[in-house]
This record gives sequence, C-alpha cells and structure tokens, in this order.
Amino acid sequence: MMKIKVKLFAAARELASGSEVVVELSAPATVGQLRAALAREIPPLAPLAERSLAAVNAQYADDADAITPDDEVALIPPVSGG
Amino acid sequence: MVELTHEPIDALRLLARAQQPQAGAVVLFLGITRQFTAGRETAELRYEAYAEMARSELAALEQQARGRWPLVECAIVHRLGVVPLAEASVAIAVSSPHRAAAFEAGQWLIDSLKQTVPIWKQEHYSDGAAEWVHPEPPGF
Repeated sequence: MMKIKVKLFAAARELASGSEVVVELSAPATVGQLRAALAREIPPLAPLAERSLAAVNAQYADDADAITPDDEVALIPPVSGG
Repeated sequence: MVELTHEPIDALRLLARAQQPQAGAVVLFLGITRQFTAGRETAELRYEAYAEMARSELAALEQQARGRWPLVECAIVHRLGVVPLAEASVAIAVSSPHRAAAFEAGQWLIDSLKQTVPIWKQEHYSDGAAEWVHPEPPGF
C-alpha cells in the first residue's frame, strides 16, 4: 500500500473538511483509482469528485495516468475563475 | 506576463504595458463583480486558486495566444481573495499591430481562462448565504 496526499480546493475542501487528505492505494495506482477511493472514503465528496478533474505535479492528468507517493496530486473541481 | 494578486488590479498599469510603438491596437478586458445574477443580489465574490498550477496554466494560455496571433503584449492578471462589487477579478490587456488580432486574442484568452485555469469563485449573497461555483460542463 502507498499513501497519496491529495490537495483539495473550494467546495471539495469544505466537503472534506480539509485542504489535504491522505488516501491509501495499492501500488501501482492510477488517477482513476485515486478518484474512486476519494469518493468511497469521503462520501460527501463523491458527487463533486465524480465531475472533477485531477492534476499530477500541477498538470491536468487522465484517469489512466500513474501516480506515486512523490507526486503532487490535486483534485480540480469544475473551475469558475474570471 | 501573467500574475496572481490579492491586491486590487491596476488596469492602467496593464494598459501602459500593452501600449507599445510596435502595436496599433490595444484591447483591455476587465471581469468585474456584478451585483445581480438571475435576480439574486451578490454582496461580494471570493476567489481561491491552486496558485502554482494556475500560474502555469495562465502562462500556457499566453504562449498559445502568442502562437496564434502576432501579439506585442499579452498581460493576464487574476485577483484572489475578496473582490468587492464593481472591482475587477480579472484583467487581460493585449496589443497587436492591427485590431482584429487584439480583439480575437482577448476574447479567446478570457474564454479559455474560464475553462481551464484552476481558480474558483465563491458567491457571497446579500442575504448572508455563500456558495462555491462549480459549473456543470455542457452536456453533463
């Protein structure tokens, strides 16, 4: 198992009551598995996580992309800047 | 030039930056806090960013715009934290030798920023309610 720290923002941060959560995944892990684990372990976050993107090392990532404990991972809920 | 700031945006500074002798046209866009949306009154907006990624996404937008249009200057500033009514949350100043490129690039930059840059807006309504804005993607 490996521990992945995930940065959370905006409503995701409030639904999870914290700006960072730690998720345990079995290695090797993908972004898709991380999103599923977040939804499973933090039920209030599930509906928003479903329609969020993820970023690895500050770049948008696909569900198939691999992640390691050294990566900076973030959940990116639908954006609303401007 | 791209920038995130917690201070009020100085639009005149951006205009001065864009107003260069190689340019024949300058376009300035300001996105400002609107008081009424669908009949509901906003007291203020608050913005939050994944700052490191927002800066790199903004820089990528500048590079893409410079690749598509012959821009002399391309300056994008987004404010974070509280943005009171009528104050600017975002400013984009572009200049180009002829006006069509400046208008097109300015429109493309704000449209793209709203779709890709990890910045979020929280509406604070005059009735005291607060709500993060997480738009449904088209066709979701």
